[in-house]
Amino acid sequence: MREKEIDKLKDYKYGFTTDIENVRAPKGLNKEVIEYISKAKKEPNWMLDWRMKAFERLKILKEPNWQKPKYPKIDYQDIYYYSAPKSASEKPKSIDELDPKLLDTYKKLGIPLQEQQRLNGIAVDAVFDSVSVATTFKDKLNEVGVIFCPISEAIQKHPELVKKYLGSVIPLTDHYFATLNSAVFTDGSFVYIPPGVRCPMELSTYFRINASQTGQFERTLIIADKGSYVSYLEGCTAPMRDENQLHAANVELVALDNAEIKYSTVQNWYPGDENGKGGIYNFVTKRGLCKGINSKISWTQVETGSAITWKYPSCVLQGDNSIGEFYSIAITNNYQKADTGTKMIHLGKNTRSKIISKGISAGFSDMTYRGLVDISSKAKNSRNYTQCDSLLMGNKCGAHTVPYIKNKNPESNIAHEATTSKISEEQLHYCQQRGLNPEEAVGLIVNGFCKEVLQQLPMEFAVEAQKLVGISLEGSVG
Amino acid sequence: MIEQLKIDFEKLIKNSNFSKKNVEIKRKSFHNFIEKGFPNRREENWKFSDLNQIISKNIKNLSFYNDLSKPNKIDQSIFIDGLEHNKLVFVNGRIEKIEFDYEEKNKIEILDDLVLEKSNDDNNSLLSLNNAFVSKYFKLIVKKNYSLQKPLVIYNITNKDLVSKSINLKVDIFLEENSSLKLVDFSDDKSNTNFINVNYSFDLQKYSILKNYKIDNNSNNNIKYYFNYISQEINSVSEIFLLSSGSEFIKNEINCNLRGKYSSAFVNGIFILNKKKHHEIKTNINHLVENTKSYQLIKGVLEDTSKAVYQGKIFVDSKAQRTNGYQLSKAILLNDNTEFNAKPELEIYADDVKCSHGSASGSLNEDSIFYLMSRGLNYNEAKKLLINGFLLDVVEKITDSEIKNLIKNIMSLKQ
Repeated sequence: MREKEIDKLKDYKYGFTTDIENVRAPKGLNKEVIEYISKAKKEPNWMLDWRMKAFERLKILKEPNWQKPKYPKIDYQDIYYYSAPKSASEKPKSIDELDPKLLDTYKKLGIPLQEQQRLNGIAVDAVFDSVSVATTFKDKLNEVGVIFCPISEAIQKHPELVKKYLGSVIPLTDHYFATLNSAVFTDGSFVYIPPGVRCPMELSTYFRINASQTGQFERTLIIADKGSYVSYLEGCTAPMRDENQLHAANVELVALDNAEIKYSTVQNWYPGDENGKGGIYNFVTKRGLCKGINSKISWTQVETGSAITWKYPSCVLQGDNSIGEFYSIAITNNYQKADTGTKMIHLGKNTRSKIISKGISAGFSDMTYRGLVDISSKAKNSRNYTQCDSLLMGNKCGAHTVPYIKNKNPESNIAHEATTSKISEEQLHYCQQRGLNPEEAVGLIVNGFCKEVLQQLPMEFAVEAQKLVGISLEGSVG
Repeated sequence: MIEQLKIDFEKLIKNSNFSKKNVEIKRKSFHNFIEKGFPNRREENWKFSDLNQIISKNIKNLSFYNDLSKPNKIDQSIFIDGLEHNKLVFVNGRIEKIEFDYEEKNKIEILDDLVLEKSNDDNNSLLSLNNAFVSKYFKLIVKKNYSLQKPLVIYNITNKDLVSKSINLKVDIFLEENSSLKLVDFSDDKSNTNFINVNYSFDLQKYSILKNYKIDNNSNNNIKYYFNYISQEINSVSEIFLLSSGSEFIKNEINCNLRGKYSSAFVNGIFILNKKKHHEIKTNINHLVENTKSYQLIKGVLEDTSKAVYQGKIFVDSKAQRTNGYQLSKAILLNDNTEFNAKPELEIYADDVKCSHGSASGSLNEDSIFYLMSRGLNYNEAKKLLINGFLLDVVEKITDSEIKNLIKNIMSLKQ
C-alpha cells in the first residue's frame, strides 16, 4: 500500500495531503452557507449584501456549455464552499505562530515561508483551502505604502478601495462561474500600489486545495495607481484525489494612468491520473482593465495542470495608448483538456495588443486556443498581433485553434498567424546525433518552441516553469 | 409566419404531383424547419450574421409558395457574351432552358424525377426548408472519361415579377471517374427582396475535376444562401471561386469532404462590398484520409457601412496524416463604419500535418499611396491601382484562362 502511494507521488510530486484539522461550512450552496462564510470572515454588512446580490443573480443564470471540453454535470450542492485549517481560526500574528504542519506543507511545495523572508526577496501570500494563512514581508512593503494582504483583511481595513474596485472589471452579473465566485469567494490576495511607486519586490501567492470535496473560490484584486508598477506571481497545487474538484477563481486587475501590471501564473493543479480519473476543473475568470492612458497589463501563463483548464485572461484596453499582452504555454498530456486563450478588447485610441500562444498536446489530450480580438469603431490606429502555434505528439491527441477576429476600424491593423506541426524527424535526429536521448531531445525542442513565452517570466519562475514543461511531457515520447 | 408557412406548404403539396415517398420526406423536413425556424445568432455558425433578423428586417410578408405553372420569358441580353457555353437557365426558380449544344449527347444525363434524400444535416434548418419547398430537383451526371468541351453556365435569374418570395433550388452534380466539368454560376436579379436558397451537392469520383465559379456581381436587394456540399474520392480536384459582391446579403457555405487519398480542394473568394451589404463565406474542409490538400484564399474590400465575414474551418481526422492545409484571409477597410469579422479555425487530431492560417485586416497602406502619387497618379487612381492589385492576387489563382479573363472583365480589372 505504502509503496503504491510513493509510486503515485512520483508522477505528481505535489500530490500529498496534509492532515490538518479543518473547520468547514456545511455542504451545499444556499443562503446560510454564504452567511456562514461572511460571518467567518467577519465581513461588514455591505459585503454580505453584495454576495447575496450575486447569489440571487446566480439563480437565473445558466451554466455555459459552448466550450470544447465537456465535463459531467457538477453538483453544486455536493461541495464544501468553505474549509479552513482549525489553527487559523485564531489568526496568528507572525509566521512563527503558524501550525508547524502548515509550514511543513509549504516547505514540501518548495515555499519555505520562514526562509523566504531572508532569501530571495519575494513577498508571498499563501492560501490554504479557503483562507490565507501567511503573508510575508509585510513591513518592508508597508514602508513604501504597498498594501499586500488577504482580501478578507482588505475588506475590513480598506473598505473604500475594495468597494470602489471589486466587481468593476468582472461585474457581478458577468457569467455563471464569475457570479458563483462573487457569491462564495473565501479568500485571495489584495494588492494596492500607491501612485508613482515601483513595487520593490515580486509579489506572489501560492494556492493550495487540501481538503477533499472542497471547491476553491479565491478572489484576487490588484490595483496599480497612477504611474506605479507591480509584478505578481501565482502558483497552484492540489493533492491527488479520485474526485474532480472545482476551482473557480476571479482575478481583477486595474491599471490607472501610466501604470503597469505584470501577472504571471504557473498553474500546476493536479491533472488527474493517466486514465483521466480525478483532477481539478480549473474554470477561472481573469480580466484586466487598462483604465488610464498609457497603462499596460501583461498576462503570462504556463498551464500544465488541471483535468480541464477553461480560462481566458483578458485585457480591456480602455485608456488611450494602453497596451495588453498575453503570453501563454499550455501543455496537455494523458486525458487532460484545455480550452484557453485570451480576449483583447480595444476601446481606446492607439491601443496595442500582442498575443503569443504555444500549445502542446500529447497522449489522449485535447487542446483548444480560443481568442477574441475586437477593435471597436472608436479605437483608432490600434494594432493587434496574434501568433498561436500548436505542437502535436502522437495522433491520439487534438489541437484546435478558434480565433474570433472583429475589426470595425479602418485605421487599425490586425494580423493573425497560426501553425500546427509536429517535431520533425530531422530535428530529433540532429539532437540525438549529438548525444541526447530521445526524451532530452524532445525536451530541448519543446523548450525552444516555448522560449518566447518563458522569457517573459520572472527568473525564479522561469526555472520552475522550464522544469515543469519537462515533467509534464515525460512518457509522451515513444 | 408559421401560419403562412403551413398554408403555402399545403398549397404546394396540393398543386404538385409529388410521389408519395417525396411527400413523406417533405413533411419531415417541413416539421424540422417549423421547429427550428430561420437560424439566428445564438447558433455558432450564424454568430456574425443573424439571418432571422436580416430576413425580418428586409422582407415583409415573405411567402413560400411559388406558382411555377406558367413559363417566364428569358431576357437573352444577360447571357454571357464572347464565351461559348452550355446553358441551364432558371427564371424565378423555374427551369426554362436546358441546352448542351457543344456536347456529346450520351455523355451527359439529366434526371429530374428523383426521390429526395433525407437532408443529411438536420441542424441546418435552411436545408430542411429547401427540401420541403423545392419543386423539381435536378441531377446532372457526367459519364466516365468525359470532359465537357465547353463550360456549363447555370443562370439563376429573377425578374421584376418576383417580390417577397422564397425560392428554393436543388441541384446535384455527379462526376463519374476521370470526368471533368467547368461550371459557372451566374446570377442576375432585377427582383426585389426575395430569399433565395440554393442547395448544391457535388460528388466527385476518382480522378474527376470540378471547377466552379460563382459570380454574384449585379447589385440587388435579395437575401441569398448557397449551400455547397462536396464529396471527393481518390485524386479528385475541386476548385471553387467566389465573387461575392452584388446581393444585399449572401452567405456561401462550402462543406468539402476529402474522402480519397491525394484529393485536393481549393477555395478562393473575393468580397467587394459597398452600401450596407453584408456577405459571408463559411468553409468547412474535412480532411478525412491521408495525403490530402486544401488551400483557401479570401480577400475583401469594404466600403460605406458594409460588413464581411469569413468563417473558415480546417478539420483533420486522426487518420489524415500528411495533410496540408492552408488558409489566408485579408481585408481592406475603406470607411469608418465597415466591419470585417474572421474566424479561421483549425481542428486537428493528427500529428504529421502542416496546417497554417493567417488573417489580417486594416486600411490601405499610406506609404504605397504616397509612392504612386509621387509618380503622378491622383489619390483615387492610386487607391484603385492598389485595390486592384490586392484583388488580382485571388483572380490569378483561377486555373481556367478563358474564365479568368471573363471574371477580370466583369470586375473591370486589367493588367
